[in-house]
Amino acid sequence: MKLVTAVIKPFKLDDVKNALESFGVNGITVSEASGYGRQRGHTEVYRGAEYTVDLVPKVRIEVLVDDADADDVIEVIVKSSQTGKIGDGKVWSIPVEAVVRVRTGERGVEAL
Amino acid sequence: MTPSSGDTAWVMTSAALVLLMTPGLALFYGGMVRAKSVLNMMMMSFGALGLISVLWVLYGYSMAFGNDVGGGLVGNLDFIGLEGLLAADPLGGVEGEVAGIPPLAFVGFQAVFAIITVALISGAIADRAKFGAWMLFAGIWATVVYFPVAHWVFAFDGYTAEIGGWIANDLKAVDFAGGTAVHINAGAAGLALALVLGKRIGFGKEPMRPHNLTLVMLGAGLLWFGWFGFNAGSALGAGSTAALAWINTLAATAAASLAWLAVEKIRDGHATSLGAASGVVAGLVAITPACASVNPVGAIAIGAIAGGLCALAVGLKFRFGYDDSLDVVGVHLVGGIVGTVLIGVFATADAPAAVDGLLYGGGIDQLGRQAVAAGAVMVYSFVLAFAIGKLIDVTVGFRASEEAEIAGVDLTTHAESAYELGSVTGGGYRSGTGTTIDATSREKVQA
Repeated sequence: MKLVTAVIKPFKLDDVKNALESFGVNGITVSEASGYGRQRGHTEVYRGAEYTVDLVPKVRIEVLVDDADADDVIEVIVKSSQTGKIGDGKVWSIPVEAVVRVRTGERGVEAL
Repeated sequence: MTPSSGDTAWVMTSAALVLLMTPGLALFYGGMVRAKSVLNMMMMSFGALGLISVLWVLYGYSMAFGNDVGGGLVGNLDFIGLEGLLAADPLGGVEGEVAGIPPLAFVGFQAVFAIITVALISGAIADRAKFGAWMLFAGIWATVVYFPVAHWVFAFDGYTAEIGGWIANDLKAVDFAGGTAVHINAGAAGLALALVLGKRIGFGKEPMRPHNLTLVMLGAGLLWFGWFGFNAGSALGAGSTAALAWINTLAATAAASLAWLAVEKIRDGHATSLGAASGVVAGLVAITPACASVNPVGAIAIGAIAGGLCALAVGLKFRFGYDDSLDVVGVHLVGGIVGTVLIGVFATADAPAAVDGLLYGGGIDQLGRQAVAAGAVMVYSFVLAFAIGKLIDVTVGFRASEEAEIAGVDLTTHAESAYELGSVTGGGYRSGTGTTIDATSREKVQA
């Protein structure tokens, strides 16, 4: 199994969610995140005082998938979250050792 | 003699409007600080509401409006505990002409001025003051600075007592609703306290963005609304003077807001909501002393000048390195000076104050009187506020600990947090005996 993690622009969340649903993913975990990549942050001005805000708001999506689906899921996320502009985010996957469904105790792929 | 019902109704309504300015100020200031210290910011205003009201009734009114003890410096204690005012003759009554208002209506109207003046100072010491030390400062500063200065500026001979204060009667500077006594006074005290307490941790380096600009705009709106009572109510009657003060309060404020936005657009590239709200307050401050001595076009001029200058003045703290957190100096001291001094330029004898300024052929005499009044209040307030602040700082300590400041003074001084947004905090109710009442307590799990 793999854990696919994506950090994307917040306004693309719905598109990604719908795309993953159509692909057949059963569940996702979403959290609000902040950070920066090459685009860095932005500048705000309050009463003439300029502040640089380095960390921009992002959304982090985590999906547990079967090994065979990992590349496809990454592709689905990239396609549905892409705007082509700087700051679109990143997607990566890492191997997962164990997954347990808490309600039933099922393990492994059964638990996805 | 029976007081005028119309005048009395207007003055009492105005007093209630001015009272609302202090919670409005709490919102205006509260939105500008970070989320971790908004309650402390608002509590400094609410603390002043409580403390200054009580002091005013006990002895503040008497110090401000009792008969002068000499030199126009402070009133005597004839009215201590509002002694003798329950059945007194109306104030300002002239047999057969003006019926006047009950003394207690005037007491109430002036009480709310004292409260807001003290509350205004708190913007200079956001995020880092101990609440107890602030309350101590508020009581002492009101007693030795505000009450006497209100006597100087607002106590006219023969109104509440035979002899009043020196600025009103001897110097004859024009300050209709408190450019000196309220705004220069609070602004100078704010500067002193900002110096006594020192900079916030991270000032000028870390971002200290306003956490809620909608609160700021709501607060500015309430201030503007209440300010109609502040200025038009200062006519102490419902007549043509009040009407002029009302229109001037509209015109100057609107012009100041536009001017502030124009400065921002040209300098920073964006017209901001904080700029619009700040411009409103700058305009209100500047027209306060002038609202019965200029015509509405003069009011627009004063407002526009104040809005532009204050928009520039708020940058001074970064240049000189003092942390006047919410710009009490840049808005109230600068705006107060602009309004007070410009009376000497824009005043017209057609207005109720009946004084001609420079532009209307009055020469520079009035300008000089205005400058003396502004300077005297500024120096007196600054020196005493600095001394009181230092005294509190070396005895009980004025500034919260470094740890408290970083965690947020809301939590450390009030044991509260303003916003409960997260759901994963854990814990349960704690009863007086220290036992925890919690759905997941051991007994329930075992049962």
